[in-house]
Amino acid sequence: MNKIANKQVICEVLMEKAKEDRDVVVLCSDSRGSASLAPFADTYTEQFVEVGIAEQSLVSIAAGLAKCGKKSYAASPACFLSTRSMEQVKVDCAYSHTNVKLIGISGGVSYGALGMTHHSATDIADMASIPGLRVYLPSDRFQTRKLMEALYQDNDPAYIRVGRNAVPDIYTEDNCPFEMDKATVLGEGTDIAIIACGEMVDAAVKAAKVLNDEGISTGVLDMYCVKPLDTEAVIKAAKAAKAVIVIEEHTTIGGLGSMVCQVIAANEPRKVTCMGLPDAPVITGTSREVFDYYHLNCDGIVAAAKQLLG
Amino acid sequence: MNLKANSYRLRQDILDIVYRAKTGHIGGDFSVTDILNVLYNKQMNVTPENFHDPDHDRFVLSKGHSVEALYAVLCQKGFFPREDLKTVSQYLSKYIGHPNNKVNGIEMNSGSLGHGLSVAVGMAIAGKMDKRDYRVYVVMGDGELAEGSVWEGAMAGGHYKLDNLCAVIDRNRLQISGTTEYVMNQESQEERWATFGWHVISVDGNDVDALDAAFEEAKTVKGKPTLIVANTTKGCGVSFMENKAGWHHRVPTEEEYQQGMAELKEKEAAANE
Repeated sequence: MNKIANKQVICEVLMEKAKEDRDVVVLCSDSRGSASLAPFADTYTEQFVEVGIAEQSLVSIAAGLAKCGKKSYAASPACFLSTRSMEQVKVDCAYSHTNVKLIGISGGVSYGALGMTHHSATDIADMASIPGLRVYLPSDRFQTRKLMEALYQDNDPAYIRVGRNAVPDIYTEDNCPFEMDKATVLGEGTDIAIIACGEMVDAAVKAAKVLNDEGISTGVLDMYCVKPLDTEAVIKAAKAAKAVIVIEEHTTIGGLGSMVCQVIAANEPRKVTCMGLPDAPVITGTSREVFDYYHLNCDGIVAAAKQLLG
Repeated sequence: MNLKANSYRLRQDILDIVYRAKTGHIGGDFSVTDILNVLYNKQMNVTPENFHDPDHDRFVLSKGHSVEALYAVLCQKGFFPREDLKTVSQYLSKYIGHPNNKVNGIEMNSGSLGHGLSVAVGMAIAGKMDKRDYRVYVVMGDGELAEGSVWEGAMAGGHYKLDNLCAVIDRNRLQISGTTEYVMNQESQEERWATFGWHVISVDGNDVDALDAAFEEAKTVKGKPTLIVANTTKGCGVSFMENKAGWHHRVPTEEEYQQGMAELKEKEAAANE
């Protein structure tokens, strides 16, 4: 079982870049430990800015730095970054078009029993609704690395959400197909197409194996690029299949499921089941317990697929 | 340049912009005019030619609703042709009712209050990181000081000892619902900012010489950012607009326009004598 969290990989990539590029700047809001960015803060002291527990100025300061030529990476818990700083993201990053990469750490229900204040179950909806802001939820450590390397190359703002804990590998070091803003196809299916992002890709892959073994032809799209959504891949997968399942660690309102439904309804109508978190504070538990309670797991997807196919 | 006369010259352009556009925030435009005039025509190293040079001085208008005053100053400075002023707030114009950086000469978009100071802090930190000599200026309104995010920026500016940063409060004591003291008390700014680690200067914010001296003093301060409390008059320059909250964003009638223009021309002429 992999023990390296995606956020640790982000730190590794940023340290590699910072070594060669003094314009790489990391900002934290008393979050260097939780973001696994302490090694960066200790090594590149001149390229690290601590703002204290102040998520609004975290984002504005990052934007000011970016306006003066820096490549800003602002890391803070996704719950605060996506809502407390939402207006700074909208105005200072997206509207002013500054090169700020917003790293939402411990996203979704990573903080488990800490409650709704610490959950970011609406961050996709919040961030994706901002004009010009891209939203990415990588599925594993290998894809996280590819994504961060790709993002380093551009000058546009983006929001990246990763979880708190290490997650199972989907890919390997040698086999991690990645094309920027294109979903990664993890098998094609003629019965069911599963579209997943972030930590839910693992459940999708496991469910696809169970379904395929039972003779239900199932494909999986790793839609790490929630915005811009890879609409071509969505249409292709829907066209090949009889029905579609979208699964995300997010409320079903305004997230990946909503976006996929818009595309499918307009282009290739199919029945779609959107699996996600409820429109309510989630139950108390670890993230695994929360997922299981809401059937956001292999068994839940298998059951949903069978129900869709009648 | 005769800065005093130029302030009245600029106010005529502002009155023209607001009267033609039939929208704008003329009261705050007139209180901040002298500050922008001194910054752009005396203090700041910024021109259309060096605007993309990494060493130019940075400016953020955090009280973005005073954009008409900024348009007048930038236009006079040659950032865009005078013809463009006629399009302010018109259909499809890039000259909208708040600053946006599609307009030449504007760094950052603003309009929502309480953002500019922290953005300026970021710009100042970047200057320190790169050991560049540029200075960063930001102008806030006094009503804006009720925004909590202002104080996040104030804290960071003091913490990082950003002596390349100079913030200005356009202290005209009026906001849309009445006096600042009625809406949310903003007295003792001098003490408030000093406790956040800032060097504080309080001046007549409609006196170009006093402003110039304050900006000069700010440049000599080491190890802390400077906050200038510019005590201004809302609607400054046009008698019937002065100190009237109603002129926060009222559009003058034709008669008011003519009277205001006549007063401003007269004051410009007197300043030139």
